[in-house]
Amino acid sequence: MSYTSRVDAADTSRVAAAETSEGGQELQPRSRTGDALLGVERGAVLRLPEGAALDTGDVSVEDLDNETMIINLGPQHPSTHGVLRVMLELKGETVLRTKPVIGYLHTGMEKTAEDLMYAQGSTNVTRMDYLAPFFNECAYSMAVEKLLGIEVPDRAQWIRMLMMELNRMSSHVLFLATNGLDMGATSMMIYGWRERELLLAFFERVTGLRMNHNYIRPGGVAADLPDGWRDDVTDILEVLPGRLDEYDDLFTNQTVWRQRSEGVGVITPEQAISLSLTGPNLRSTGVAYDLRADFPYLKYDEVEFDVITGTVGDVFDRYAIRISEIRESMKIVEQILEKMPKGDYRVQDSKITPPPRARIDESMEALIHHFKLFTEGFAVPPGEVYVSVESPRGETGCYLVSDGTARPYRMHWRGPSFANLQALPVMMRGGFVADGIAVISSLDPVLGDVDR
Amino acid sequence: MTDAPGGAAPNDAAGAGAAEVGAAEAAGAAEAAGAAEAAGAAESPERRAGALLTRSRGQEVLHPARDAYHATVEELHADGFVMCTDVTAVDYLLRPARDLPEGIAPERFEVVVNLLSLDPPRRVRLRVQVPEADPRLPTIWDVYAGADFYEREVYDLMGIVFDGHPDMTRIMMPEDWEGHPLRKDYPVGQVPVRFKAAPPTR
Repeated sequence: MSYTSRVDAADTSRVAAAETSEGGQELQPRSRTGDALLGVERGAVLRLPEGAALDTGDVSVEDLDNETMIINLGPQHPSTHGVLRVMLELKGETVLRTKPVIGYLHTGMEKTAEDLMYAQGSTNVTRMDYLAPFFNECAYSMAVEKLLGIEVPDRAQWIRMLMMELNRMSSHVLFLATNGLDMGATSMMIYGWRERELLLAFFERVTGLRMNHNYIRPGGVAADLPDGWRDDVTDILEVLPGRLDEYDDLFTNQTVWRQRSEGVGVITPEQAISLSLTGPNLRSTGVAYDLRADFPYLKYDEVEFDVITGTVGDVFDRYAIRISEIRESMKIVEQILEKMPKGDYRVQDSKITPPPRARIDESMEALIHHFKLFTEGFAVPPGEVYVSVESPRGETGCYLVSDGTARPYRMHWRGPSFANLQALPVMMRGGFVADGIAVISSLDPVLGDVDR
Repeated sequence: MTDAPGGAAPNDAAGAGAAEVGAAEAAGAAEAAGAAEAAGAAESPERRAGALLTRSRGQEVLHPARDAYHATVEELHADGFVMCTDVTAVDYLLRPARDLPEGIAPERFEVVVNLLSLDPPRRVRLRVQVPEADPRLPTIWDVYAGADFYEREVYDLMGIVFDGHPDMTRIMMPEDWEGHPLRKDYPVGQVPVRFKAAPPTR
């Protein structure tokens, strides 16, 4: 990319954008960057409480452009978990400024949702955060149900909780795998995928698919749990604790790992809150914000679990929180096994959920309902709601506007990874490039969730 | 227009969260009443931070005017809403009529901001009307640093400019993209494939 030297000092980024076609989104030389943006890229978070203003002592801004170097990390880089592109300004090996450049996976799923009927919508949203599909489906379904004003049966709610907690475990073991790989522990990559396989096999038995399940739907879930599900879940719960103890030996109690991760990529609670961080990334700073505890949905107020928080807000805390959350999820799943009620797995309202396949052969009404549901869909009363759930990455929210027809007028997705990426400049500031890899990995971004 | 604010309440949140929702609403109502007294304005419509307060399926929604938007946000921030969880926008081109309180004139665009208070846990949503002729809004990036990406996303996909934002560039689409895809008048399925010439090597 070639910049021309004829750049007006006043509004430089606009000019650069016009001349280079993609320049505006990229990290520009200092001389072409406004003060405010320079602050953002250096990790200054405005409006911090008094006394917490940015300490710029560790990063000199007086360096001339020709003494620093702007490089791309990604978008095609194995440590960026997909197609995240991070532009870095380096002085030697030290990161001075950071700017995440995203959008490489943007497929316009919010626009797509406007063309899909409500019943089809969960097929769409399940593909966003593809490591936590049940959470997407659940947030979407709960938003539709809130607009409809219906309450799903107890068993459906418990099934949703069961699938989501198992999904949280599968997402977090994959985090352990990729985090290990990014930091040089190659064996962890294999172990993590092995554990995930256990959980995906169970998902496949329940939903028929390993990913993108479309299992949680408006009105309940797609099918009841299969015979023998208790044994399957019990098997998983028996295998995992021993494996987690192995990881503790491999990482938590291991000097090299701790030296590599402690004190790296630190973010304070004030910065994290200001930058809209949620999930384990926010909790690593000590803020005990968990939607399951603070805004209980489904039956989360009937199970006991601890909200795990960190103290320092570094890479190690973000790792340790996730491994602890797997244990908490196991606790929740054990309680779900005890409390799973009998009953229906979806609302028995033939205007919303399709009749069972067998009924179609014998009942004219069932056939008509089935036909109407799959050709016209069901109409949802006008209104707008925002519903969110606690996904493995933070607050997954669905803002749904209905105009009274069978398709959403507008669906907006609040992806946790999208907001979490804003913390990169803060976490990377003053660190080494190698630490940057650890930081990106510890944020656990899923680019399908970032770009949607 | 069938769901008057609060009309859906009986159907709504009958389960676990109902107690909390009710408590939060009561607290909110008391607060708003206090604010109204302080302002000396004892009209019937509920207000908070100078904005009209309605409820949508039990969720609190504020309707600040465009001029008062930034001040309302600052007041809410001071009131304990420490996090901005979401900024988005809706294009009401195809459905101009919608449930808005009296005194709020519907415009084509509506920017929706979700604010969150951690202690006590509560949420509030702001809906700001933005006219088609002048799609601008002051940024809240100076209050919530986390609004940075969200405002860029709204600018990119909906074409609303946030005045004072440090980096008002596209975030999802390529920089040279024409149009704003989430607008309702953006043609779907007719997007020409864009090829770029290879940049000169020197």
